[in-house]
Amino acid sequence: MIRLKVNGVERSFDGDADMPLLWYLRDVLGLTGTKFGCGMSLCGACTVHKNGEAIRSCVTRLRAVQGAEVVTIEGLSSGNGLHPVQKAWVQINVPQCGYCQSGQIMQAVALLKTKKKPTDQEIDEAMSGNICRCGTYQRIRAAIKAAAEGRV
Amino acid sequence: MSSTFENVSRRGFLKGMISGGAFVLGVQFLPRVVWAGAAGAGTSAEQAAFSPNLFVGIQTDGTVHIVTHRSEMGTGIRTTLPLVLADELDADWKRVKIEQAIGDARYGSQNTDGSQSIREFFDVMRTAGATARAMLIQAASETWGAPAAECESDLHVIVHRPSGRRLGYGELVLAASKLPVPKKEELQLKPRSAWRYIGKDTTSYDLADLCTGKAVFGQDARMEGMVYASIEHPPVLGGKVKSLDDKEALKVSGVRRTILLDPFKPPHLFQPLGGVAVIADHTWAAFQGRNKLKVEWDDGANAAYNSDQYKKQLQETARKPGKTARNVGDVDAAFAQGGRVVEADYYVPHLAHASMEPPAAVAEFRDGKVTAWACTQNPQAVQAAISQALGIPKEDVTCHVTLLGGGFGRKSKPDYVVEAAVLSKQVGKPVKVIWRREDDIKFDYYHAVAAMYMKAALDPNGRPTAWLQRSVFPPIASTFAPNQTYGSGGELGMGWTDIPFDIPNLRVENGPATAHVRIGWLRSVANIYHAFAVQSFADELAHASKRDPLEYQLDLIGKPRTLDLKEARYPNYGGSAESYPVDLGRLRRVTEMAAEKAGWGKRKPGNGWGMGIAAHRSFLAYVATVVEVEVNDKGEVRIPRVEMVVDAGLVVNPDIVRAQFEGAAVFGTSIARSGEITATNGQIDQSNFYDYPVARMKEAPYKTNVHLVESSAPPGGVGEPGVPPFVPALCNAIFAATGNRVRELPLSRAKLGASGK
Repeated sequence: MIRLKVNGVERSFDGDADMPLLWYLRDVLGLTGTKFGCGMSLCGACTVHKNGEAIRSCVTRLRAVQGAEVVTIEGLSSGNGLHPVQKAWVQINVPQCGYCQSGQIMQAVALLKTKKKPTDQEIDEAMSGNICRCGTYQRIRAAIKAAAEGRV
Repeated sequence: MSSTFENVSRRGFLKGMISGGAFVLGVQFLPRVVWAGAAGAGTSAEQAAFSPNLFVGIQTDGTVHIVTHRSEMGTGIRTTLPLVLADELDADWKRVKIEQAIGDARYGSQNTDGSQSIREFFDVMRTAGATARAMLIQAASETWGAPAAECESDLHVIVHRPSGRRLGYGELVLAASKLPVPKKEELQLKPRSAWRYIGKDTTSYDLADLCTGKAVFGQDARMEGMVYASIEHPPVLGGKVKSLDDKEALKVSGVRRTILLDPFKPPHLFQPLGGVAVIADHTWAAFQGRNKLKVEWDDGANAAYNSDQYKKQLQETARKPGKTARNVGDVDAAFAQGGRVVEADYYVPHLAHASMEPPAAVAEFRDGKVTAWACTQNPQAVQAAISQALGIPKEDVTCHVTLLGGGFGRKSKPDYVVEAAVLSKQVGKPVKVIWRREDDIKFDYYHAVAAMYMKAALDPNGRPTAWLQRSVFPPIASTFAPNQTYGSGGELGMGWTDIPFDIPNLRVENGPATAHVRIGWLRSVANIYHAFAVQSFADELAHASKRDPLEYQLDLIGKPRTLDLKEARYPNYGGSAESYPVDLGRLRRVTEMAAEKAGWGKRKPGNGWGMGIAAHRSFLAYVATVVEVEVNDKGEVRIPRVEMVVDAGLVVNPDIVRAQFEGAAVFGTSIARSGEITATNGQIDQSNFYDYPVARMKEAPYKTNVHLVESSAPPGGVGEPGVPPFVPALCNAIFAATGNRVRELPLSRAKLGASGK
């Protein structure tokens, strides 16, 4: 039996403990904000937080999140408001198709937890695991800076 | 475009989309023939697209419902088309609700590609909004017993000017719904100065949902009681299952059964590829079961396809005479007169779309009818293809359109939606088909591989006296009919027959190529390889003549004038020659502006730094791009800055348009750096982002500045035109920086170390 907390709610699962967290979130819990992009930890679309750190849920088996606290894009902000990083995304008008943006936002939030004022290079390093095929990278960088500087 | 309107308030036409008591306006019109037809996609779905409808509805509480019939894949069209209607209706955007249309021929073409949504539907949306506004004014005038001429709209309210009386749109709904619909000729469209939204920035209607995970894509669509399917396709196009051992697959917990899918009957069109489907309780079980399948394949004739060999074949064909697509003067006689001759061969491999969302759809077959939810660019093609596959009438296929996690042309082809419908019929439940990234890369409708041969004779000033160009590529038509080997007028009209240079003797040719994979259209289509060849070759000639590439480019374009392409039967992206002439003055202007924005000529190139310029008209828009590069000793390319100047005529939503061009620079970077699909024995060699890499943040241009030219010309396209000039501008910059000329893509195969030039 796998027990974990997802967006603050206690969950248990007695199915295949080798199932990647991504499919548990999407197919079992119906939390489809976390996206499937590559299945190999190559694109970052499936990024969620495990105990506050960004992980790729497509390659993280459920047994690896036993007892963990998982936060997805749906649980990023408490209440009805937006998280400051989400606000920055809205303000800069970052998304085009938007499919990768849950993962981008989760990655950016994790980055800003460890680097309060990241440099361009630090942003590039932290965010280059997250692919955006529409090419919103310069707006992502601008949004991260806006959030870091409290301009939201 | 001729329009007729009818009041459909009391018809059940919108069935549940808009609740009762609403004032609903229908629009019918006949659109011009669009590009897809020219490329050979004249399927029954395309043909049926000639009797469309478009709608706006207003509730008694004042809520305005606008139906958007084009698919949202990141271009903002789902927001921008309704915005045009809302502007003309003088509606308060905050009180507008957007409804996504199902696939229905009555809406007109819903095939969201060819960068044509705004230009094809701008007038339609305006007319629809103006009609509704006129009827609200009439309703107010009758309510007050005042002349209509004394009444006008003012943001969701009709005002009687002399008395100052006001009635909200919602209050006028019931009266308006009883009125006859005015003719288009009677309508008074707003003057440009009164536009509230057109030309100003409005963010996506879905922006907050996209940032909070609430937005629903094809991969997210669900139906009650659905099961999940993952499909092992034949690894070679046209292959069949020889034998199947599914014992181990069926042992996987959660796997219900396997189903053999019929192979397609040639031509493949939008039919599923066939193979073996694993049906399971959830995605993971379906994937696991699929991994355990043991399938032997009969690969068929395409197993002989090897892309290395094919490349040589294309290059040899490009060196032989082909079919003439455009001829000016006498090229052979001019070459015979001598002068300096320059030749070059260019090559662009097959490319995959690789949208972030792999194809996915859920469909239910019940009582002889199908309901599907899909990330599709073309819901009417979904209807047609499912109708064909299951032998049911098109009208019995309901296709709901989700948001698309990117499309780039791939999701105009509905093979994956057909798979869901076919499987549902067999399973007796709704079936969700999920393609993995590997499926997406290996079973794409690929952008065509192309070889180009260029030859020019130069006078003593370096100006071409003769120019011959020949392209060879497996055509898109091969997807729709057997034995198609030559490019269509549509493909050749993409940067080839419409080469914008003033050259006295010019011949444009095309040679034959047989397709061995499915060929489709990818963002900007044949413009990608044609612009690469033309704009790189122009740069080569400039350097060969020791002239500045910018000055040389402008000399080649020549005086501002309209390019006469009547003899070349130029399709012009479906635009009329009157509304959308090939205006070389506009091309010159964007070129000059891009150079100015970039500070062209201010810094001496070389030692690993350089700028390159390219200009190209496509989809009725003019774009010039200057790319700045840094190339280090290891040959690693960094792109610190891109300047793009865009003249796309009237622009409805500038910030969203700028985003399209910022994205095009990244898309072009992916093509140039690493875009390459190859095949061995008919099987595609690439499978995921490790062997089909696309640009990441640190590889993408650091900053792309997009400058939109103020224009009153009719709207052109914006989704695609940013891509074609980017790649040659980048490669020209690499030459300026290193002295290395890139004639074959991708750059990952080139040696680019700085030459110390």
